[in-house]
Amino acid sequence: METRNKKTPETEEKAKNFKTAITRLLKELQGFKALIIFSLVLAALGSILSIFAPNRLSDLTNEISDGLILNKENLETLTSQVTESVNEENLKTIIPEILAPDLSEENLKNIMLSSEIDESDKQKLQKLLVEPNEIINQISTLPPTIQTKILKDSTYEGITISFNDKKQLLKMMKEEQQIVLPESIKQIILKEITIDGIKITPSDQGKFLSIMSTIKSEDPNELYKKIDEMPKSIQQLIEPFMDMETIKKIGLLLVALYLCSALFTYLESIAMTDVSNKFARKLRNKIVTKINRLPLSYFDNHSTGDILSRVTNDVDTIAQSMNQSLSTLVSAITLFIGTIIMMFYTNWIMAITAIVSSLLGFVFMFAVLAKSQKYFTARQTELGNLNGHIEEVYSGLNVVKVYNGKKEADEKFDLYNQNVYDANRKSQFLSSLMMPMMSFIGNFGYVAVCIVGALLTMNGHISFGVIVAFISYVRLFTSPLTQIAQAMTSLQSTAAASERVFEFVDEKEMNDQSKIKKHLNKNNVKGKIEFENVVFQYEGNESPTIKDFSAIARPGQKIAIVGPTGAGKTTMVNLLMKFYEINSGDIKIDGVSINQLTRENIHELFTMVLQDTWVFEGTIKENIIYNRPTVSDEKVKEVCQTVGLDHFIRTLPKGYDAELNDSESISAGQRQLLTIARGMIEDAPFLILDEATSNVDTRTEELVQNAMDQLTKGKTSFIIAHRLSTIKNADLILVMKDGNIIEQGNHNQLMKKNGAYAELYNSQFEL
Amino acid sequence: MIKLLKNFTKKEWIIILISFVLIFAQVWLELKMPDYMSEITILVQTEGSKMTDIIKNGALMLLCALGSLISSIFVGYLIAYVGATFSMKTRKKLFNKVEKLSMHEIKQFSTSSLITRTTNDITQVEMLVGMGLQLLIKAPITAIWAITKILNKSWQWSAITAVFVVILLSVIICLVIIVMPKFKIVQKLTDQLNGVTRENLTGIRVVRAFNAEQYQEQKFNEVNNKLTKQQLFNQKTFAIMSPIMYLIMYFLTLSIYFIGAYIIKDSLMANKLTLFGDMIVFSSYAMQVIMSFLMLAMIFMMLPRASVSAKRINEVLEIDINIKDGSYDGATKETGTVEFKNVSFKYPDAEEYLLKNISFKAEKGETVAFIGSTGSGKSSLINLVPRFYDATDGEVLVDGINVKEYTQQTLHNKLGYVPQKAVMFNGTVNFNVSYGDNGKKTITEQKIKEAIKIAQGTEFVEKMDEQYETHIAGGGTNISGGQKQRLAIARAIARDPEIYIFDDSFSALDYKTDAILRKELKKYTKEATSLIVAQRIGTIMNADKIIVLDNGECVGIGTHKELLNTCNVYKQIASSQLSKEELENGNTK
Repeated sequence: METRNKKTPETEEKAKNFKTAITRLLKELQGFKALIIFSLVLAALGSILSIFAPNRLSDLTNEISDGLILNKENLETLTSQVTESVNEENLKTIIPEILAPDLSEENLKNIMLSSEIDESDKQKLQKLLVEPNEIINQISTLPPTIQTKILKDSTYEGITISFNDKKQLLKMMKEEQQIVLPESIKQIILKEITIDGIKITPSDQGKFLSIMSTIKSEDPNELYKKIDEMPKSIQQLIEPFMDMETIKKIGLLLVALYLCSALFTYLESIAMTDVSNKFARKLRNKIVTKINRLPLSYFDNHSTGDILSRVTNDVDTIAQSMNQSLSTLVSAITLFIGTIIMMFYTNWIMAITAIVSSLLGFVFMFAVLAKSQKYFTARQTELGNLNGHIEEVYSGLNVVKVYNGKKEADEKFDLYNQNVYDANRKSQFLSSLMMPMMSFIGNFGYVAVCIVGALLTMNGHISFGVIVAFISYVRLFTSPLTQIAQAMTSLQSTAAASERVFEFVDEKEMNDQSKIKKHLNKNNVKGKIEFENVVFQYEGNESPTIKDFSAIARPGQKIAIVGPTGAGKTTMVNLLMKFYEINSGDIKIDGVSINQLTRENIHELFTMVLQDTWVFEGTIKENIIYNRPTVSDEKVKEVCQTVGLDHFIRTLPKGYDAELNDSESISAGQRQLLTIARGMIEDAPFLILDEATSNVDTRTEELVQNAMDQLTKGKTSFIIAHRLSTIKNADLILVMKDGNIIEQGNHNQLMKKNGAYAELYNSQFEL
Repeated sequence: MIKLLKNFTKKEWIIILISFVLIFAQVWLELKMPDYMSEITILVQTEGSKMTDIIKNGALMLLCALGSLISSIFVGYLIAYVGATFSMKTRKKLFNKVEKLSMHEIKQFSTSSLITRTTNDITQVEMLVGMGLQLLIKAPITAIWAITKILNKSWQWSAITAVFVVILLSVIICLVIIVMPKFKIVQKLTDQLNGVTRENLTGIRVVRAFNAEQYQEQKFNEVNNKLTKQQLFNQKTFAIMSPIMYLIMYFLTLSIYFIGAYIIKDSLMANKLTLFGDMIVFSSYAMQVIMSFLMLAMIFMMLPRASVSAKRINEVLEIDINIKDGSYDGATKETGTVEFKNVSFKYPDAEEYLLKNISFKAEKGETVAFIGSTGSGKSSLINLVPRFYDATDGEVLVDGINVKEYTQQTLHNKLGYVPQKAVMFNGTVNFNVSYGDNGKKTITEQKIKEAIKIAQGTEFVEKMDEQYETHIAGGGTNISGGQKQRLAIARAIARDPEIYIFDDSFSALDYKTDAILRKELKKYTKEATSLIVAQRIGTIMNADKIIVLDNGECVGIGTHKELLNTCNVYKQIASSQLSKEELENGNTK
């Protein structure tokens, strides 16, 4: 199970040497240089565009908000012009002329004589007449009966002013209320004016005056509300002006900006995807090629799971973070630096405010992050422990059951489960803080910028636009910081993963054999093998496994190697196959030292069947033919008949095309027969059977044995076996112990000797 | 998925409810913020605004932000608690269930699949509960709330937002439909890649012996290319996602502003200022709506994976255990006897019987051996005693009582079982040998030493650095096959069982060690009954009773000598291993 090796994205695996690992990674990326640079440039460009976009957006907002503000200039001009017409000086001279009271003696006489008028009123009028200068101001105090007599319809500059109009004017003057001028009087007082090419009639001006006169407070909102009641011409004049042309232009520019930016991002990610996947493919190929170039000794010390996790997990980690972090890092840094420059360029006080307020938050956040890292590592280790325990218990469930080990298993499980729970809870909690903290920092920066900005605006240091721009800058500034932090973390794990991959790729390979010129043709080999004082020691072992081993195998002989476990039987075979290099001494095939032959040449000469029944996913036929596509179906069948597999195969649903997989559709014994068939399908002058029949029951073994005896005729063969019955008819039996040959001879000779072999042989009948 | 969620306790539901309320508060505060934000914007934009107003609104907005932060900290804490508790409990439940499964069910699932179900699948579901739960609550609340907030503002804005949401969802749905099935292919190809690499690694000696390096590399290349091609397609298709999200977000803002400009322009002066404020608020709410739909989409992408995992977990939790525990745990009249009465056995879903009508009785102190070719049913027969399987017909009696009537613990306390493949646990030699519980007193160190001595392990154990305290890696990867087998035998001996069961447990030992071990064992276990499955005639020829199996049928019962004369199959097996004289003289030696 690879579950234990699996790394979740949260785990930060530290590389031993970050810098070397990254340098090495970059070196490997040489071939993709152009594409990488291309996409990084695109990433940077995209960022730069996104620095400009908010500015344009705030321009747009400004344009729209311009549409809210009245045309003050025009309003002021209008107000001043209108009020000029109605200023007091002007009115003083003009009002008496408008009122034009008929104070002629004839008229006064008529009034005095009028019986309709009260005596008291008449007296009031007489009092007034004493001071003729005051009469205009006091006229409104006169009773209506007299007013009607004095204020008759009159004409001024050709405009008829009715009594009612006059009365209204008087009333207005007296009460100082809303200015509502009668139309005729408007015509007289207010002259038509033209502002910004808009003609405003006296009547409109009068309306304007009357509306304005109702506004008491200084609140601009009140003014805004009244504007809708004003005459069209005035609305037109002072209404806010929204420049739709500019808005459209900015809008189009923004669309272009966004589209470009999106396009850049897309192209960049396509390019990076291409690079990272092709790089991953290259790395995987490198690893696999490497597997076949490493000496076997490497695999003694490294588990399959470890190498597998390098091929998949580590390469995936590299590809993924290359795909994401590299361009993220570049665009985030561009954005970060760009924003700082833009901020300082715009206003340094605001820049410092924005940076300080965001940084405060970030310091806090990184503190939390650092702490959560601890729990993530803990979580990973604890999960590893737990998974290990589960794996162990499940795979040994038989034993757990029969030994009543449930309690022990449960206790351990509970302990690990509890630990995982603790680490899980803490790490999840801390990581869930990330997002809310981020948005809080953003909001905090927003408010800080607004307040400081407003303060500066009041003192007249900056314009509103600056604040709007900074509001976007704060956003732009905070997001790359988190991105950089995340990218750095993932770069760390990339470094760790690439370290593991390159460590494997840089592993010492098998000896170079390009200088080897000799070649033994397998059809001409006679079949003699000599071992001369062979000494071999496994790397890391303290004592040699093979000590001074000498023997001769003559052409056509059947040689058996027996001895207790650990005597070095399999090692001998490994040396013969040149899987390992001997330390001293020599092995000669037909008189030629194996040092002078390539490994491939040696392997060609041997047919080898091993104890481990290695089959791969594929059909039975594929498994038998393996890497020799020229083998015919008939040959496959023939071999299977020889090893007694034919009948079984034909009972399978698809016969020779039946798929083999991990399931137990075929038994260990049948697998063994399959590997024997695979080995036998091609003729080679030498044959090695390393415990090849240990998984087959004895009756089948006998069958195979007979078949093999046929095949080994004339071939030199080496047989390693536990079951001594298998090798009784060997020409030469080598009894090994602790890396030495302690006895040799045939069965009868050795039995007569009554030494180690005889003891070993007899022990199988004792009880 | 929902079935699994039913495992939440009342306490957890209450916590989820509290989180729900807190998230509600959080959303409320978050949606309140744009109001203040626009207030501030307007204040900043209008000349003559008072500083105190800006500070007041700023403070209120910060208060909202702080409140939402605090609320989300609490929610984070609670949800982390629920998620971790959930996975802990489910894992425990699953583990306990698997412990109870019989061999049949385990075979049905396969051990490695059970391991993945208990580890990866639970992590998968846990992720959904941990992250998804929060999103699942938050996203709809935010979406609905934000929508109601903006719905009455202006239909043009609402319409355009709806259009963008539809675009967003259709892009996501398209991508999911195109790419999701392809992800499964990638998974398969990755498995294949692993398979080919593993194949190369495990068969490295074969690969080299056959000069098949290039063949393997080519095979790998094929899968590697396929994988890369598929990955490129997937990732390139998915790469469109991020720019489209970007465009949707910004184009939506832009559209809202653009439409806003027209609306403001045509509106009465009195409404302009409010409309402007609305526009700013609307654009931030619209963003919230888009974001919450995005969150929902994310959950729906996570959901299928998690629900597959949940289904796999439920499969195990729901399976009926075929072997029911008995209740008998008292004393027995007989001790050390094993009797098969007309036992037949087939796998529950198989057609063919593996064992047919087997009857025999092993008396106390006897050694009964089973021999036969591969597939003859030896192991299946022996597996019926510890109830790894139950007999289909007939009865298996231990100490005169049917094995089905015992509690499994009582039954197992009578047995010392050594499997074909020695099992080692992560722990010291002492731990491994004294493993489990035999219903008697704890196993002393003296006892462990003695057991190892009988199992012929003393020499190698004492050679190791820390002797009996030496750490054995899980699966016993740091000791050889023969050593593992010896420790496994010692483990059985240390239990002092009434009945030993050796399922081909001597195969990794050489003949000499095998012989000595059995001799010592015989001396030590005179009282105990032994059932031995073996391949080697030598191992069993001195047994009291040899049972010869052929294709599930008993073709001979008797001693070595008797069988040589009466049983043809036995004779064949024997003659394949021994010479004539040996066959005749074997047991006189």
